Amino acid sequence: MTETTTEVGRRRTRKEDAKLVTGQTTWTDSIALPGLLQFSILRSPMAHAKITRIDVSPALEMPGVIAAFSGADLADQLGSLPCAWPVTPDMVAPAHPPIAVDEVRYVGDAVAVVVARDRYASADALEAIEVEYEPLPPVLDMEAALADGAPLVHSDKGTNRCFDWPFAGGDYEAAKAAADVVVSRRFIQQRLLPSAMEPRAVVVAPIAAADEYTVYSSTQIPHVLRVMLALTTGTPEHKLRVITPDVGGGFGSKLNVYAEEVIGLVLAKRLGRPVRWTESRSEGYQATIHGRDQIQDIEIAARSDGKVLGLKVRLLADMGAYLQLVTPGVPLLGAFMFPAIYKMDAYDFACTGVFTTKTPTDAYRGAGRPEATFAIERIMDELAAELGRDPMDLRRQNWITHEEFPFETIAGLTYDSGNYEAATDEAMRMFDYDGLRREQAARRERNDSVQLGIGISTFTEMCGLAPSRVLGSLSYGAGGWEAASIRMLPTGKVEVVTGSSPHGQGHVTSWSQIAADALGVPFEDVEVLYGDTEVSPKGMDTYGSRSLVVGGVAIHRAADKVIEKAKRIAAHLLEASESDITFANGTFSVQGSPDAKMTIQEIALATFAAHNLPDGVEPTLDSDYVFDPENFSFPHGTHLCAMEIDTETGRATMRSYVCVDDVGRVVNPLIVEGQVHGGIAQGVAQALYEEAVYDEDGNLTTGTMADYLVPSAADLPTFQTGRTETPATSNPLGVKGVGEAGTIASTPAVINAIIDALRPYGVNEVPMPATPERVWRALQDARNGGGAK
Amino acid sequence: MARVSMKVDGVSYSDEVEPRRLLVHHLRDGLGRVGTPIGCDSSNCGACTVLMNGESVKSCSVLAVQADGAEITTIQGLASDGEWHPVQQAFKDNHGLQCGYCTPGMIMAAVDLLRTNPNPTEAEVRDGLEGNLCRCTGYVNIVRSVLAAAAAMRGESSPSSAEEKAGVS
Repeated sequence: MTETTTEVGRRRTRKEDAKLVTGQTTWTDSIALPGLLQFSILRSPMAHAKITRIDVSPALEMPGVIAAFSGADLADQLGSLPCAWPVTPDMVAPAHPPIAVDEVRYVGDAVAVVVARDRYASADALEAIEVEYEPLPPVLDMEAALADGAPLVHSDKGTNRCFDWPFAGGDYEAAKAAADVVVSRRFIQQRLLPSAMEPRAVVVAPIAAADEYTVYSSTQIPHVLRVMLALTTGTPEHKLRVITPDVGGGFGSKLNVYAEEVIGLVLAKRLGRPVRWTESRSEGYQATIHGRDQIQDIEIAARSDGKVLGLKVRLLADMGAYLQLVTPGVPLLGAFMFPAIYKMDAYDFACTGVFTTKTPTDAYRGAGRPEATFAIERIMDELAAELGRDPMDLRRQNWITHEEFPFETIAGLTYDSGNYEAATDEAMRMFDYDGLRREQAARRERNDSVQLGIGISTFTEMCGLAPSRVLGSLSYGAGGWEAASIRMLPTGKVEVVTGSSPHGQGHVTSWSQIAADALGVPFEDVEVLYGDTEVSPKGMDTYGSRSLVVGGVAIHRAADKVIEKAKRIAAHLLEASESDITFANGTFSVQGSPDAKMTIQEIALATFAAHNLPDGVEPTLDSDYVFDPENFSFPHGTHLCAMEIDTETGRATMRSYVCVDDVGRVVNPLIVEGQVHGGIAQGVAQALYEEAVYDEDGNLTTGTMADYLVPSAADLPTFQTGRTETPATSNPLGVKGVGEAGTIASTPAVINAIIDALRPYGVNEVPMPATPERVWRALQDARNGGGAK
Repeated sequence: MARVSMKVDGVSYSDEVEPRRLLVHHLRDGLGRVGTPIGCDSSNCGACTVLMNGESVKSCSVLAVQADGAEITTIQGLASDGEWHPVQQAFKDNHGLQCGYCTPGMIMAAVDLLRTNPNPTEAEVRDGLEGNLCRCTGYVNIVRSVLAAAAAMRGESSPSSAEEKAGVS
């Protein structure tokens, strides 16, 4: 461990924590305003039905009720919820009324809203609303939904097919013809509930006379929300202010424009009074987006010596009943990542989006890349088994070596940097890979009832969303830049304004470190402002592991501009030529005159006073910078998991988990490790615990936290994290994204470990989550001569 | 309506409340003690954990009327004379929180855990916090925080205060 004098690289504990550990927080639901009303939403108990009659008037008779509306009552003002990613010109994009008007399409679809004096009164009043439904057939299975004559989710569209999106590099059929071995598998990415700990909440405060509105929302995207609310409701953008108070996690589930945000705005406008909505957890499990839900048909073609020649991917992606903000784009984010770290001659991808009568899906931590990584890392293990090869050796044979960067993949991405050998070597050392393989052999030898499996995931991913031009070429509705401002205050303190709105990622601390280094000021002297469109007017917000690699770089660049201007002022005040001024550690010096120097704080004060500035120089030491990245960010790493499987009960227990992530230069190791820990936990949860289940009528049967198994501390081990540092070459800080890496990497590591343990029994597939029952059944099926082919 | 008296974070309150009102709603909406959040509606997540007469309870699973006469300590009353409780300090020192929404409940549950078991093993900490869910940390640094707090409360120096490890490893 070496001492460093810079802030970047230090394990700084977080500035954010003081308020969070003392309860001095402002969650959206905690906001109290004079005259605040509560609204509640009546939701459909039917997966698919016509609304034949609705009468909200009985609710108005209930005590404390101010107003009640059906979808029809508000339809003109509510408009249709936006989807910003029309992935193909002919994509089917049904209207998405925030409150259903004549038909409901999933359990949880809004049908009416009540406004009352408090949360108890509004919840009570929902029960008085009278609704009659005429059931329509639910649409629950993607393959059945695409069959001729299938019941339709949106009958006016004539199809349940939302889009077909093909993509290819090279000639897959030629690669397959040249192959000695072709392995095919079907993998199911089960539906997941993001489960951020803070339920969503919205408060809208109007100044009705001026038609001005402040929207408080537990959202990841205040800036995108402001634009979208303006477009959706016709409220002029400059009359809308969006504030994200403290936000308790998101993981993609708050990367959206939700019905309740639009409803709140319309109610505030209509009633002229502030309104609040807070979802209960079980309400949120129906009304907040779900993640994953893909059927993946994967085929890999290779030579008998192990060289991979080509990969074919066919996806069905469940959109749910409607398209939310980026629903159709999620599988596209995965499309580029199936080839992963491997060299191959051909890649053939096609995805079909399918409507079902379920809650809409959208981005959930990793968004497309966990699915892709799972598929490629699973099929590499299956190929290794087919060829009788060690799965790590097969990966080494096929991955891009560190001398080959920058490397253009068969999917058309250019990976800027990486060193898969270094990360893997370190992970295998930490894991004691060879020792565990020996133990595995010994257990197999003695036919131990508890078998040991070793799972590998050598992943990379594309994040740091994103170069605006690339997003444009993929038909996304916005850019991928991020904005930063720096304001040197008269006393030498610093305000950093970021457009990337945090909800647990530690931006305030990391951004302070970046600014402190760049400006040569103490870490403690930097304040970071965010999350309010009046304070931080420009931004693209937080998702896709973009904050540091886009927003953090913007701060670095903004600081450069401050230094540039300060240097000009310093030269003037020190009566030297600007070319003779050097800047280091917060001090401007004149070359050759050691005593002629001024600190940046002195320059800030002199600039504020403005008594003696160069001609034409404005008296501010502020700057703005908007950074648009030239490339995605490509973190990578090697994750290794050891699972012990009780072959009599099917119980799978995680014995150890080691990962070495390479996220480029690290600003704050403490925060990076935390991101990796939490990411792994969510990926492990997909592998072992979590699944959103619908019954045959389309009811979400895992509709509470008692049924949907978010793992607790007792369900997980301590993950061992290591790292290598291969700086990114696509940004001046050398940083790569880390927010989703753990989630993307970990799921296949766990499942590969379970299957590795059981492969001698003939098991080559276990569906997720790999519950004891499913593991046991896979063993029984294999013993009875089954197993996936 | 029922009259309910309780002491919350050292202050005595007496209010008329609906008999069905949950303690957590009374704390948040009635008394303005909004440091205690709500994370679920099935008593699973533990975000709303407070101390009632010194023992941890999920305040979404207690009626306000059941807390009549009780002494309640929330996250906002845990520090004394401006000094953070060792568990609060340990959570900061060990990066035991990210978004912070589960943190009030996690800290209050940990305080109660260490009251009954001042020297827990890692496994005992994990089992002891089973009723408190976190979606951000993967629990690794929460467990570290609780073990570090336990050591501090026993008068031992913490083995791994994160900030002291300055430098790039």
